[in-house]
Formats: sequence, structure tokens, C-alpha cells
Amino acid sequence: MALSGIQIYKYLPKTNCKDCGFPTCLAFAMNLAAGKVDVSACIHLTEQIKTELEVATAPPIRTVVLGNKDNQVSVGGETVLFRHEKTFFNKTGVAVLIADNEPDEAIDGKIERFNHLRYERAGQELRAELVAVQSKTGDPSKYKSLVNKVTTKTDAALILMGSIDMISPIAMGFQNSKALLCSAHADNFDEMVNLAKESGHALAIKGKSPDELNLLAEKAASAGIKDIILDPSSGDISKALEDQITIRRLALAHKAKGLGYPTIVFPYEMANDLMEETILAATIIPKYAGLLVLSDLQGHSLFPLLLQRMNIFTDPQRPMRTDEGVYPFNNPGPESPLLVTTNFSLTYFIVSAEIENSKMPAYLAVVDTEGLSVLTSWAAGKFDGEIVGSMIKKLKIEDQLHKKVIVVPGLVAVIRGELEEELGNQWIVKVGPKEAIHIPAFLKSL
Amino acid sequence: MSIDVYKEKYIGSINEVVLGAGVKSLRIGGQSCYPFYLFEGKMPNPPRIAMEILDSTPDNWPDALMQIYGGEVDNPISWARKCISDFNAEMIQLTLIGGDPNGKNRPVGDLISTVKEVIETVDIPIVVWGCGNAERDAEILSRIAETCTGKSLLLGPIEEKNYKQISPSLISNGHIAILSTPIDVNLSKQLNILAGNIGIPDEKIVNDPTIGALGYGLEYTYSVMERGMQAALVQNDEKLQYPIYCNMAVEIWKTKEAKAVDERMGDVEKRGMLMEAVSAITLFLAGAGVVVMRHPKAISLVKTWIEKLIK
Repeated sequence: MALSGIQIYKYLPKTNCKDCGFPTCLAFAMNLAAGKVDVSACIHLTEQIKTELEVATAPPIRTVVLGNKDNQVSVGGETVLFRHEKTFFNKTGVAVLIADNEPDEAIDGKIERFNHLRYERAGQELRAELVAVQSKTGDPSKYKSLVNKVTTKTDAALILMGSIDMISPIAMGFQNSKALLCSAHADNFDEMVNLAKESGHALAIKGKSPDELNLLAEKAASAGIKDIILDPSSGDISKALEDQITIRRLALAHKAKGLGYPTIVFPYEMANDLMEETILAATIIPKYAGLLVLSDLQGHSLFPLLLQRMNIFTDPQRPMRTDEGVYPFNNPGPESPLLVTTNFSLTYFIVSAEIENSKMPAYLAVVDTEGLSVLTSWAAGKFDGEIVGSMIKKLKIEDQLHKKVIVVPGLVAVIRGELEEELGNQWIVKVGPKEAIHIPAFLKSL
Repeated sequence: MSIDVYKEKYIGSINEVVLGAGVKSLRIGGQSCYPFYLFEGKMPNPPRIAMEILDSTPDNWPDALMQIYGGEVDNPISWARKCISDFNAEMIQLTLIGGDPNGKNRPVGDLISTVKEVIETVDIPIVVWGCGNAERDAEILSRIAETCTGKSLLLGPIEEKNYKQISPSLISNGHIAILSTPIDVNLSKQLNILAGNIGIPDEKIVNDPTIGALGYGLEYTYSVMERGMQAALVQNDEKLQYPIYCNMAVEIWKTKEAKAVDERMGDVEKRGMLMEAVSAITLFLAGAGVVVMRHPKAISLVKTWIEKLIK
């Protein structure tokens, strides 16, 4: 059970020396309990107490960071079963499988698609982050050259899949990025734990059940392995769902120390084709998978999956925001009207979609309202005539427009007068529709 | 040590509602655990998919969908038949876009004829979904309720603005209300209470949480549904124990991403299918009892998935 501030305080020297940066030992204890400082900040603890405290204050599920500084993939670190209880912190890492027995063309195709299938949305880049390189030929030089190809042609974080003979030389030689060694199980456990220790990479542990995983992971942890990924090797989607739920629940309830790690799932093992595989992947993204490995990346499959992942992992308390600025639609010119809206991404998506649908040329000015929607931001005083007016002036859009028509959302018609004052009589302020769905008809009527 | 160490304690369950009448009627609801958590509870009735048809030719459906149905989209009767014969539809939603006062604005009499013809042609449960204009739907849905006795239709969207006008004929003719609220658990609860007060029986109510499409706020719908499930099953909040009805298809297929030609987003038809299927399963995972879908292949992908989870 995670310790409270008072419980932590009992371990501390109680000298209030301030070396940790806090005024008192109690303050340090409270901040440690809240996860805001590391145990190592107190330099006056014995190694034994330090370790005890580290273990006792560790979050329920470890955050494992793979990759390197150009592409850092963090998984795990979760604290809730339902996103509405707080948020899901680290999105499921998506990997593509490339095996060394695939023809060169197929390999090159997957690498190309890994690099190319990326999507820009609301200021974020949606993409796959990892490549699982699998040894199937049993030929170490073939495996090595595939790993080299992947590391020179992509920025992927790596999952090294194969027998210990195959992945060991690679793991030891591969030091500028953290990989995942896949995987340790009952039959090769000690050697894989040693390899993880010596190479410094993360270790995937494969078990036949959450019970077995719990035991094996605890064993690995006692041997000093910190970065562990759990593979419950579920076999079918119904079992996979149950395993993911079991592991997450037991970890969060602090009832199984060995289950306090992110999980990995291989949907292709449970599917007959990529369509089915996509559906299975979409099942475990909202239901707790830390990493998932796809057999291939294809636009029609990856795009819906990454959209779903983006939606599920959006922090409910911090809705997505679009960048402030002026966005052109349908090739606008100096005679085109300027519509105004807020930077709540959902508002932006809906309004921009309707403008596009209308096929009428127009500009859309997005005002920074800290991610609030039209009515909410107006009620909060963040979207009124003065704010809109000064933003328009700041953007100097008037130089591009001969016919200066500006349209405010129908729901905040009240700001019209104030906006007219702010902008001056060069501008004509119109009131647009209350619902975005009426934008096309409105634009045609202008 | 096993999962028994941490099983959820459920004290409530979702109401059962019978859709349609006769041999092909479908029972939904009744679950006593989170969606598909069969290791700790029961789902006596599998969730269902309603196939959507329109009362008049669609004017903005993507080519991929139009091609599947061919000329059938011009006639709701043959369209309904095709859904059953070619695609094994287990229930159909007939969306009355023709009722839109800013669109075709078809007279109520015409709409009623269309509905009656479709009902007489098929024997599976039917959902009649209005045009979305609260005032018009008040008239349309109450008139349909009167003229289609004994069919146990689902009628919606019924909202706070028009439930009073629609309820009397809905109740006396034995239909089911789809009570619609804008992604808000409290408003949903409130409308359920009002509906109960006016006399709609519990077993004749389902809830529409309003759908945000994939990429357009799906997570809002997802979370409001999960919060409702928690309240219903773990806190036994009786006013949130109604099956959830998701009118999803229209939201997915109207997005530009479902139609855009963009090589990075892959084949248009397959992408649209997977957008629809991924959205549907996300809603089923959050507790949907019925999801409305359009693409037959997306439907069959999702049906297979449901079967695997409830076996």
C-alpha cells in the first residue's frame, strides 16, 4: 500500500536540515507521498532505508521508457481503471512486426510505411512508435542486418523478439536506445534476467496466467530488474480482455507487486486478417494494454486505430486545443468573409468541417480561449468583443481583406456591438448561425 | 491468488427491454456486470446492431456505401428487404431525413405511409428515428406511435423539449422511447425521471447519450456511458439502469475522414469500414445495448467480435 506522508516521516532523520530543498522533513514526506519529489533528494538516508522507501512509495504501475531522446516511448504509469476518474497517462505504444524471414520487398515496405503513415491532428502527430524485430531464420547475421536496417532507416524504439542466442549479441551491442527484450519465460528465465541486467534493456516476461506473471516478475524485480513488461499470452480476445482487467485491477489495488507493470499484446496471434486484427487492437487500447504489436501497418487500419487511441488517451480535464491563427478554406480571397471561433479542438473540427462542406471560400480565425467552447468561454469572460477585436488586429488580417466582413458565432450574438467598437467602422460585423450545421446555408446567403 | 481477490461488487443491473414483437423480437439489457466482464457477472442478452436505412435517397453518403446498396436506396421498402436478405440485419433503423423542415419537409402523412410500408414488409424490430428537429419530431413521432399499434417500435430522438407531446401516444400504443440527452449523465437521469413520472414504463425506455464521432469527441460519449454504467451497476442508481442506444453511423460517415481520398489514410472504403467498426466496438465496450451501423462488412466484423466475447 502506498505510504502516507505521516508514515514516510517515520523513516526520515527529522532534523529539518533543508538539504532536500524543503523547509522541514514533514514537508519532504508530504511531497514524496504526492509523487512530487524523489527519495534520493534526501541525502541523509541509509541505503537500506532509501531502498525501503523507494519500494514503498513507488507508483502502482511502473512507467517504462523505451527508445531514445528522438523518440521516447513511455508506457504504463497508470493510476485509474476509468479515464473519467482522472485520465489515462501514457498511450498504448504501437509496434509493427518485421521478421527476418520476410522477403526484402516486404521488409522495405513495412519500414517505408512506418516512416510515412503519420497524421497531424490538433497539433499532435499520430504515428506508430516501435518496431518489433523478430528472429525467425535462426541466422544471427540475418537478424543483425535486419536490426541495423531498422535502426538506420527509422527512429523506432525496438522490441527484440527471438531466442536468447539471437537477441543477446544485439542487446549487448545496442546501447544508445532502450529496447525491450522479448521475452523471458519459465524455461529461459535466469539467462534472460542476466541479459537484461547486463545490457540495461527492459525485459518482457511471458506467463501463462496473471498468477505466473506475478511470480516471475517479482523474481525478476528481486534480481534488480526495474523495467518489466508483462505478456499474459492470452490466446483469444475474451481471455485477453479478462487478463488485462485482472492485471490492472490487482496492480492498482496493490495486491500483486509483480503485476505493477505495463502489458504487451500481440493481436495478430488472435486474428485471421488485418481487419480482424485492427478490431482486436482497438479492444485493448481502451482496456489497458501498454504495448501492442501489429503484423503490418496499412493506412486504412492504422488511421482509425490511432484516432481511437488519441480519443481514449485525451486528458478529460485538458481538452485538446487548436493553435490560434487564421485558417483558409476553399481558396479564399480578398472578398471572402472571416468567421471567428474558439480554440477548443472539438469546436474547431465541427466548424471547420462545415465550412469545408459548404465549398464557399472563407477564413476562420481561431481565438485562444484556453480550450473552452464558445458559450463556456463567453461566460468566463474569455471570448468577448474586446478579446476578439484585439486578436483580429494583432493578426493584421485586414490587410488581406478588401471586403471586411467578420462573422461571430450565433450563440454569442451579444458581443457584436463591442466588437464593432473595437474594430472600427471599416469592418462589418455579422451574426452567424447558432449551430454549425447551418454554416453552409449562411455562407451562401452572404 | 486469483482474480477472486479483486472482483467488482455489483448490486444493480440494467433493465431488460424487448424490441419489436413476435418471433423476431429482440431482448436487450439485463446485464449485471461491466460490458463483457463475464468472468464476474452475466450478460443474458448480447448487444445488437441496427442497420440504418433512410426514407429517401441519401444525398451525402460516400460512394462506398451507395455502391453496396445500389439502386435500392431510392426506395426504403426494397432497401429494408435487401438489408435482411443480403445482409442478415437483425433490426433496422429507419431515419426520416425527409421530415427535416430545412430539407425536403415531407408532410407527416407521407412519412407515416413510408413507415407503415416498411413495417409491413419486414418482421424484425424497427426503430423510427426522426429528423432531429424537436418540434417536427413531436408531431411525426406521436402520429407514428398512434398509427403503428402493436409493433413495439423504438421511437426517437425524444428529448426534454418534446417528450410531453410524444409520451401519451407512445405509452398507449406500447412503443419504446429513445430518450436523448447531450452527453450529460445528470440530464440523462433527469429525463428518465420525467419520463417515468409521465407514465412511460421502465421496460419501454432506452437512453441515447448523443454520439461524438471517432476523432470528433468519441471520448466524451465513451466516458459518459462508463460513468452511467458505474452508477447503475455499482451504486444501483435505478435512474441510470436503462439500455443505451447509439445512433452512431451518421456521425462517422459524415466526417471528412470517412470520405477523403488520401493515400496515407489508405483505401477509402476499407478505412470507412474500420472507422465505423472501431467506433462501434468502442461504444459496445462502454456499454452500448444497440449501435446503429451502415456498412455490411463493418457490421459483420463487429458481430463476429461480439460473438467471441460472449461465448
